Amino acid sequence: MERHEYDVVVIGAGGAGLRAAIEARQQGKRTAIICKSLFGKAHTVMAEGGAAAAMGNVNSDDNWMVHFRDTMRGGKFLNNWRMAELHAKEAPDRVWELEAWGALFDRTKDGKISQRNFGGHEYPRLAHVGDRTGLEMIRTLQQRVVALQQEDFEVHGDYEAYIKVFAECTVTRLLKDGDAISGAFAYWRETGKFITFDAPAVVLATGGIGKSFVVTSNSWEYTGDGHALALLAGAQLINMEFIQFHPTGMVWPPSVRGILVTESVRGDGGVLTNSEGRRFMFDYIPDVFKDKYATTEEEGDRWYTDQANNRRPPELLPRDEVARAINAEVKAGRGSPQGGVFLDVSSRLPAAEIVKRLPSMHHQFKELADVDITAEPMQVGPTCHYVMGGVEVDADTGAASVPGLFAAGEVSGGMHGSNRLGGNSLSDLLVFGRRAGAGAAAYVDSLGARRPQVTGVEEAHAEAMAPLERQGGENPYEVHHELQRTMNELVGIIRKESEVAEALEAVEKLKERATNTTAPGGKIYNPGWHLAIDLRNMLLVSECVAKAALLRQESRGGHTRDDYPAMEPEWRRKLLVCSSKPDGSEVQVVEKTQVSMRDDLITLFDRAELSKYLTEEELAEYDAAAKELS
Amino acid sequence: MSYKGKFRVWRGEGGEGRLEDFTVEVNEGEVVLDVIHRLQATQAPDLAVRWNCKAGKCGSCSMEINGKPRLGCMTRMSTFTEDETITVTPMRTFPVIKDLVTDVSYNYQKAREIPSFTPPKDVKPGEYRMQQIDVERSQEFRKCIECFMCNNVCHVIRDHEENKTHFAGPRFLMRIAELDMHPYDVADRKDSAQEDHGLGYCNITKCCTEVCPEHIKITDNALIPMKERVVDRKYDPLVWLGNKIFRR
Amino acid sequence: MTQQTAESPARKQRAQLKVRTLRTDRWWLAPALTFAGLTFFLIYGFWAIFDKSYFVEPYIAPFSSPCLTTACPEGARLFGWAPIGDWFTLPPGLIILGLPAGFRFTCYYYRKSYYRSFWLSPPACAVGEPHKKYTGETRLPLVIQNVHRYFFYGAILIGAILSYDAVLALIHKPAGLGTWILLVNAALIVLYTLSCHSCRHITAGRLNHFSKHPLRYRAWTFVSKLNAKHMQLAWASLFSVMIADFYVRMVAKGVITFPFA
Ligand SMILES: Cc1cc2nc3c(=O)[nH]c(=O)nc-3n(C[C@H](O)[C@H](O)[C@H](O)COP(=O)(O)OP(=O)(O)OC[C@H]3O[C@@H](n4cnc5c(N)ncnc54)[C@H](O)[C@@H]3O)c2cc1C
Ligand code: FES
Repeated sequence: MERHEYDVVVIGAGGAGLRAAIEARQQGKRTAIICKSLFGKAHTVMAEGGAAAAMGNVNSDDNWMVHFRDTMRGGKFLNNWRMAELHAKEAPDRVWELEAWGALFDRTKDGKISQRNFGGHEYPRLAHVGDRTGLEMIRTLQQRVVALQQEDFEVHGDYEAYIKVFAECTVTRLLKDGDAISGAFAYWRETGKFITFDAPAVVLATGGIGKSFVVTSNSWEYTGDGHALALLAGAQLINMEFIQFHPTGMVWPPSVRGILVTESVRGDGGVLTNSEGRRFMFDYIPDVFKDKYATTEEEGDRWYTDQANNRRPPELLPRDEVARAINAEVKAGRGSPQGGVFLDVSSRLPAAEIVKRLPSMHHQFKELADVDITAEPMQVGPTCHYVMGGVEVDADTGAASVPGLFAAGEVSGGMHGSNRLGGNSLSDLLVFGRRAGAGAAAYVDSLGARRPQVTGVEEAHAEAMAPLERQGGENPYEVHHELQRTMNELVGIIRKESEVAEALEAVEKLKERATNTTAPGGKIYNPGWHLAIDLRNMLLVSECVAKAALLRQESRGGHTRDDYPAMEPEWRRKLLVCSSKPDGSEVQVVEKTQVSMRDDLITLFDRAELSKYLTEEELAEYDAAAKELS
Repeated sequence: MSYKGKFRVWRGEGGEGRLEDFTVEVNEGEVVLDVIHRLQATQAPDLAVRWNCKAGKCGSCSMEINGKPRLGCMTRMSTFTEDETITVTPMRTFPVIKDLVTDVSYNYQKAREIPSFTPPKDVKPGEYRMQQIDVERSQEFRKCIECFMCNNVCHVIRDHEENKTHFAGPRFLMRIAELDMHPYDVADRKDSAQEDHGLGYCNITKCCTEVCPEHIKITDNALIPMKERVVDRKYDPLVWLGNKIFRR
Repeated sequence: MTQQTAESPARKQRAQLKVRTLRTDRWWLAPALTFAGLTFFLIYGFWAIFDKSYFVEPYIAPFSSPCLTTACPEGARLFGWAPIGDWFTLPPGLIILGLPAGFRFTCYYYRKSYYRSFWLSPPACAVGEPHKKYTGETRLPLVIQNVHRYFFYGAILIGAILSYDAVLALIHKPAGLGTWILLVNAALIVLYTLSCHSCRHITAGRLNHFSKHPLRYRAWTFVSKLNAKHMQLAWASLFSVMIADFYVRMVAKGVITFPFA
C-alpha cells in the first residue's frame, strides 16, 4: 500500500486548509494537502460576498473592536470570545498578505482595498472582488502554494519536496498511536487504491455538513467528514445545533433550489418584498436590534448614501433573522409563486451597475433560471448554508483535545457562536488557518525525535472496502436521499421537540441501513462507493445535530425552537458538546459552561445591550469589571 | 412537464470504451448535470462525473455535449429538443480516467511552470496602492474558474498531442498576461512567454474565447495583447532601436 | 521519505472516439461563408488591379489610390505628385496595394478567419484539423505575422488618403452618390484601422499603469470599444471598399450614368 511520511497533514484544500499548509511549510515542515476534489475547486471558490476585515478603508471609524462587537452580537454572545477577538484583530493582516501574494481586490478611489456593506456589520467591511471573492482567495492561496513549490524546486530540484497536494483523495479515518494522532488513512478517488499518511500532526479543514439537507447551497463535498473524523478520533464537537440557513437561496427551477444568492445583493441595495409588494423586513426587527435598524423605508434608503446619520435597512439584519422572516412570510401565504419571496435590485440600481457589481448573480440567474435580474425581481428562500458548530479547539493554536489534531475553518466550532455574520468565514479561514498551521508546526517541534506509530490501518481498510464487497445491499443514493429529507423537514430552520425526536429515530434506522449499502462497479472513480463511505459521516454528524437541537430549549441564532421561541440568558452560558465512541456508536451530547469574557472585552459593550443577553449574575460581574477599569 | 430524454454517454476506463444509450427522465428547468445525476442514482451508480458547485463557479463539470465543450451544470436541457439524442463525452484533449472524468494533470503541471507573482521587495503587505483601472484587466483573467475547457478545445494540443510539452495552453498564457499586466509585478515574462510557453503556437482562432463559460475575452484581451508585448521585445526593430538608444 | 507517486490506471489515453467531431450543429457554415467571402474579394481585387478605369472626376477608385506614377491622369495623383515617375508600367495600384493588403493579411481577425476557412486549422471549434504537424506562428514564414504593427502604420496612411479622396469628392461634387459612397467607405476603413489590436496596444495596451497616463488610457478605452467590433468592421470595410471601387469604375466606364452618379 502506498505510504507517505509527513510532518503535517492538512485535510482540506479550501481557504483554511491552504492557509494552514502554507504556514506549516513556511515554518519548515514537510506538508501534505489532501482534498476530495481537484486542487482549487474546494467549497471556498463559491464564496461570493467578501472577507470581513476591519481595515477602515472606506469608513475610517472601523477598527477591530467594532468588528469584535459585531461578531459577538451576530453570534448572540455565544461565540468563543477569544476567537472572535483574534479574528477581529488579525483579519486585516491576513487580507493584506493575500494582496502581497497576488490577489487583486476591488479598489477604493485612493487605491486601497475597497470594502462593502454586509448584514450585521456596522461599517462597510468586506474586502471583495465583484461577487467572486472566494474564487480570488482560493486562487491566490493555490498560487501561493505553487510559489512555495517553485522555491523548493530551486533549492531541492523537486517541486514536491516540502509541500505536496494529494487531489481527489479522501480521508476515511484518522490514525492514532495511543491517545495521539499518528496519521490518516485515505483512498484515491481516481483509482480506488488506498494510501496511508504517517504524520504526527493533522489539521482538519474539511468545511461543512450541508449535504445532509435537501435544500442547501453546499456541494457534494460537504458531508461532514472532518466533523466525523474528529469525533471518531476522540475529539469533541460543540455548537452542532447551530446551522445557518441563508435567507436567500434560489427557489426555482427545482434542480437549482438552494443555490446561493449572495447577500451583496442586499448590501448593494436589493430589497425583499412579499406578494403584496410590502418590504416586510420592517415588521421583523427584533428587540435586541431595535435601535440599530431603520424603521422607515425612507431612512433605510438614505442609509446607502449617508451612513453616519441614518440607520441601516432591516434587509441587512443578521442572516438568522432574515431567514426566519422569509420563512414566516411564506408560511403566512404571502410568498412568491414558486414558494419564496421577491428580492429586487432591478428597481434600485441601473442595469449596468448591477452587471458590474453582481456579475455572477446576473450570469447565474440568466443561465439557470432565465431571469434577468436587471429587469425583474428574483425569487428567493432560505437554504442550508453553514454550520456554526464544529471541532472544539483552542483559540490560539487550533488544537483539538486529541494531541496532534488541529482544526480550522468551517469544521471548527466556537468562533461564530450561534450565527455567523456574512464575510466572517473567509477571514476566519485565513486567521485560524494560519494559526492551526503554526500550532501544528509547534506541536511537531515539541515532539522532538519521538514520532507516534501508525496503527489501525487494517481496520480502516476493511471499513472502506465493505460497501464494495457486500452483495445485494441497499442503494446508497436512497439512504442519502432519505437522510436529506429527514433533516430538512424535521431538524430544519424551525424545530420542535417531537419532530427532532422523530428525526433521531429516523437517523438511527438510517444508520442501520447505511451499514448495509452496496456499491456496484469497481474501485476506479466509483461515486456510488464514495457516497456509501460518506454516509457514515453524514449520519454521525446528523445525530449530533439532532441531539443537540433537542437539548437546547431556547431559540438563538441558527437554532429556532417553535416550542421555546425565546432566547434565554441561562442558555447563553451553556455549550453543548458532542462526542462518540471510535466506532461511531454512543453519540453523546453534554452541557459545558462557557468561559466568561475577559474584562477588557466585555466592557467594550454597553450595559444596556448586554442586559438583553446576560444573566443578572453575569451583569453583576460586568459592573465590577467596569468599575475596575474606570 | 417531464419527458423521457435520450442520452448517449461515453462509458469506459482509461480511454477504452463506447457510447452507451440511456433513456432517462428529464424535468423542467434541469441541466445536463442533473440528468447525469439521475442516471447515477437510478441506472448507473458507478457513472463517473466531476462536479462541485452546480452553479458554474468551480469549473469541475467540464464535458463535451453534442461535441461542444460545456459545463454540465450550466447547459440547460431546454436548449435541446425533446426528441434529440444528447451525446455526452469526456474532454478530448486529456486522458480519460473513467467515463466523463479526465486526467487534467497537464494543466497543473503547466501552472507550476509559470513563475509566480513577483512584487518588488520593498513593498510591505498593506502598502499596496492600486487604482481600479489598473487592476481591471488582470481581474478579468482572474475570473477564470479553471474548467480547462479552453485548453481542451485549443487545436494546438487537441489535435497535436506532441505540442503539450512546449505549449501552456490558453489558460496559462492568459495567466502570464495577467501577471505581466499586474501593476506590481516586476518579473520579465515576455521572452519566456514566447520561448518556454509557446505563445507563438497560438494562431488566434479564438476557440478558447468561444467556449469560456466566464465569457473572458481570452484571445482579444489576453493572448493578442501578450503577443503584442512580445513583439515589443522580440520583433519590433524600432522599439529595439529605441531601447538601445534611450537605455533608461 | 517514502515518496511514491500514485499509480494511475494502466492505460492513460484519450477517449478512443474515432469521429472527427460529435458536433451536431452546422459548424461548417461559418468557415464556408468566410471562404466564399474572402475568395470573392481576392478575385475582385485581382480584376480591379488590372482594370484601367479607376478615375473619373472627382472620384478615384480606392484600390488605385494614391496613384503615384505619371501614367495616372492629373486629377488622380495625390496632391498632383507622381514621385514614381514614368518607368513603372505595371498597373499603378500594385505599388500601394501592398500596404492595405498586408494590413489585412496580418490582421488578427483575418488571420483567424483564413486559418479557419482556408487552412482548416481548425475549421471550427472542436472539429479535428486535417494536418499532421502544427507549429503555429513560431517559425518562418508565419512568424512574420508579428510585423502587423508596421502595416498598421501604413494602413493609417492609406486611411488618411482615402479620407482625403472622399473629402475632395465632397468639395467637388457634394451631391454625388459616389461621394457618399466614398465617404462611408473611408469612415469604415478608418474605423477598421483604428480598431486594430496593434493600435490598441500602441495607445496604452503596453502600459501597466493606466492611471498615470489618463489621456492614453482614454484613447485605449475608445480603441478597445472599437476593437470589440473588429470583426464586424473588417467585413463591413471589406465590402465597402469593394462596392466603392466597383462603383467608381462603373461610373468611369460610363455604365452608370445618371445625373447624381
Ligand atoms: C455559496 C456560498 C457562498 C459563501 N459566501 C461567503 C462569503 O461571501 N463570505 C464568507 O466569509 N463566507 C462565505 N461562505 C462560507 C465559506 O465559503 C465557507 O464557510 C468556507 O469556504 C469554508 O472553507 P474551509 O476552508 O473551511 O473549507 P472548504 O473550502 O469547503 O474546503 C474543504 C476541503 O476539505 C476537503 N475535504 C473534505 N472532506 C475531506 C476528506 N474526507 N478527505 C480529504 N479532503 C476532504 C475538500 O475536498 C475541500 O478541499 C459561502 C459559502 C457558500 C456555500
Ligand atoms: S459544478 Fe461547478 S462549474 Fe459545474
